[in-house]
Amino acid sequence: MRHIISILIENEAGALSRVAGLFSARGYNIESLTVAPTEDASLSRMTIVTTGTDRIIEQITKQLNKLVDVVKLMELSEGPHIEREMMLIKVKAATMDQRDDVKRLSDIFRGHIIDVTASTYTIELTGAGSKLDSFIEALSEHKILETVRSGVSGIARGEKCLQLN
Amino acid sequence: MELSGAEILVHCLKDEGVEYLFGYPGGAVLHIYDALYNQEEVKHILVRHEQAATHAADGYARATGNPGVVLVTSGPGATNAVTGIATAYMDSIPMVVITGQVATANIGSDAFQEVDSVGITRPCVKHNFLVKDINDLAETIKKAFYVATTGRPGPVVVDVPKDITDPNIKIPYVYPQSVQMRSYQPVTKGHPGQIKRAVELMLSAKKPMIYTGGGVVLGNAAEPLRKFVSTLGYPVTSTLMGLGSIPWDDQQFLGMLGMHGTYEANMAMHDCDVLIAIGARFDDRVTGKIAEFCPHAKIVHIDIDPSSISKTISVDVPIVGNVADVLNDMNQLLSASKTKPDQTALTDWWNIINGWRAKKCMSYDRNSDQIKPQAVVEMVHEITNGDAYVTSDVGQHQMWAAQYYGFSKPNRWINSGGLGTMGFGLPAAMGVQLAFPEETVICITGEGSIQMCIQELSTCLQYGLPVKIVALNNRYLGMVRQWQEFFYQNRYSHSYMESLPDFVKLAESYGHVGIRIERVEDLRPKLEEAFAMKDRLVFLDIVTDQTENVYPMIAQGKAHNEMHMSPYCDLPQDPERELS
Repeated sequence: MRHIISILIENEAGALSRVAGLFSARGYNIESLTVAPTEDASLSRMTIVTTGTDRIIEQITKQLNKLVDVVKLMELSEGPHIEREMMLIKVKAATMDQRDDVKRLSDIFRGHIIDVTASTYTIELTGAGSKLDSFIEALSEHKILETVRSGVSGIARGEKCLQLN
Repeated sequence: MELSGAEILVHCLKDEGVEYLFGYPGGAVLHIYDALYNQEEVKHILVRHEQAATHAADGYARATGNPGVVLVTSGPGATNAVTGIATAYMDSIPMVVITGQVATANIGSDAFQEVDSVGITRPCVKHNFLVKDINDLAETIKKAFYVATTGRPGPVVVDVPKDITDPNIKIPYVYPQSVQMRSYQPVTKGHPGQIKRAVELMLSAKKPMIYTGGGVVLGNAAEPLRKFVSTLGYPVTSTLMGLGSIPWDDQQFLGMLGMHGTYEANMAMHDCDVLIAIGARFDDRVTGKIAEFCPHAKIVHIDIDPSSISKTISVDVPIVGNVADVLNDMNQLLSASKTKPDQTALTDWWNIINGWRAKKCMSYDRNSDQIKPQAVVEMVHEITNGDAYVTSDVGQHQMWAAQYYGFSKPNRWINSGGLGTMGFGLPAAMGVQLAFPEETVICITGEGSIQMCIQELSTCLQYGLPVKIVALNNRYLGMVRQWQEFFYQNRYSHSYMESLPDFVKLAESYGHVGIRIERVEDLRPKLEEAFAMKDRLVFLDIVTDQTENVYPMIAQGKAHNEMHMSPYCDLPQDPERELS
């Protein structure tokens, strides 16, 4: 049901809105979408997390491929792959107990405390989306002040690459 | 050769072989209009509304196969053009639309006549470009033509800010011979393995059916299709968009299918065991109820656009490729094949089909004392030897034109099938008439549709376009009225116009000939009179039976074997009764 699609797209103004517009016009879901230039400045790489039946996913990939700016597309979730998402989360940490517990949880999840004030900790955490969800859940005893997530980036395992021929 | 952006644009059009440019001037394109002055290669046609510019270019493209080209100004010029761009997009018509834009420095400042043309047109173009540097202009125009005309064709918009066309900034001009785009490489040849599988499946059929669409016309594939159809001896039907690919009177042709298709075509679709879909996209007006579409059939689908395949209907043998190339490959395989179609099964199948045909589903009241719209179309066919270019608007008249004109050649039937744009017919006819000045060009329309672009009568006068307008005037928005009769218990909500203009006087005030026909006995002589006026535009205001409906009809969401039939054919009228 959940699919991760990676695309290489011409790094041009409007390219993002072509993709976003396609999803909204055809009623497809976007769970997350990330985009940034690659080592080749003329190309951007986009990772889209979407849900749908196999039939819908097939249409999504075909419609994306049909966009003139899309150079190449790979459905990452079809094969072994790595997905990562980065989260910054600001938590209330005013008392010693709170500070100890948040630090302990952050260590368990291999997070880094990257900003400290007298009453808050800001933690950076990277992992698959589900790990970030678990961390938020683990923090349920605490007061979360803010979270910001990057959306999923993904890459295929092994030799398989999404690159120009 | 050093040229300004405006001059470069005009030179690009010349080098691209553009014959006609349909447009309307305005602030943001004044530099370009200045470059068009005093040159004769690219002939500019001044329309009266930008929507008409796009429809005229579209009609030109549909009749000739060459891309239609449009030039409009920024803001309202671009937004007026959107309906025509969307019309072309839905029917995959190659078109290049150049829109003026405010100067680069003013973009985003809500400047006078500024609109985000690239943004507004994005969902209804194959691709669009904003030219931000004069050095990219020529290459962008080349790319626009390349993208518009290759693969599955479609409209391409090029938005050109005013400073890019500044007459004081000149650069060397070279029009690229060819263009390469790493992100756009359309497939042409079909996969040989799939073609072989498809041919094997076809030859195993007991009840085969061939279903062809607009892709055959766009892909210039009528000739290989005709060979394919006659080699196999299978029945063939066509969508609204594909009419003319197979001659209407060919014994193997069952007529159009779908919502207003023939009884025999729809029944054969429902009962077939192998369906061969060629350049058709399983539109909802064709399929009816998806769950009961061709319930017994294995399906082969040939289409140049991979996203058309298995979009609404799952197919068994998909072939992505240019329809003409794939059909040529199939024709070769068929002539070399030792297996031949199963003649015994085929004879049985034709017997069933001929039984359906004998019901004469297209019958209507031929003895009425009112003028029947079907009779008008049939008579127009007769008088023009079935050889005219026919454009239409949208509604009942469009269906009657499709059902009763009888097309023998592709590219002759020009209508807005996908978007269903009222107002398309007259401007499209202008584009066709310009392309073929010697041919008879007819716009079959209704009194509702014609008023949506009636101002183009003025353009027709300016360029001497002798289009014949056949207006089936039933004083109703007929198709709306028909649905209200069938599905809204005769509540004719706002489908009646009480203050129609006097179309004869209207035509005359635009400098044309107007003829009103009210009596059955006047129909033939007055039609003949009109078509004899080779060099005049004639507006035929034909007062037809107000209550006539388009039959057969599959109600939305019903299956192919559930049709409302004409009371004059040899079948029960109501599908419910037929089934019970």
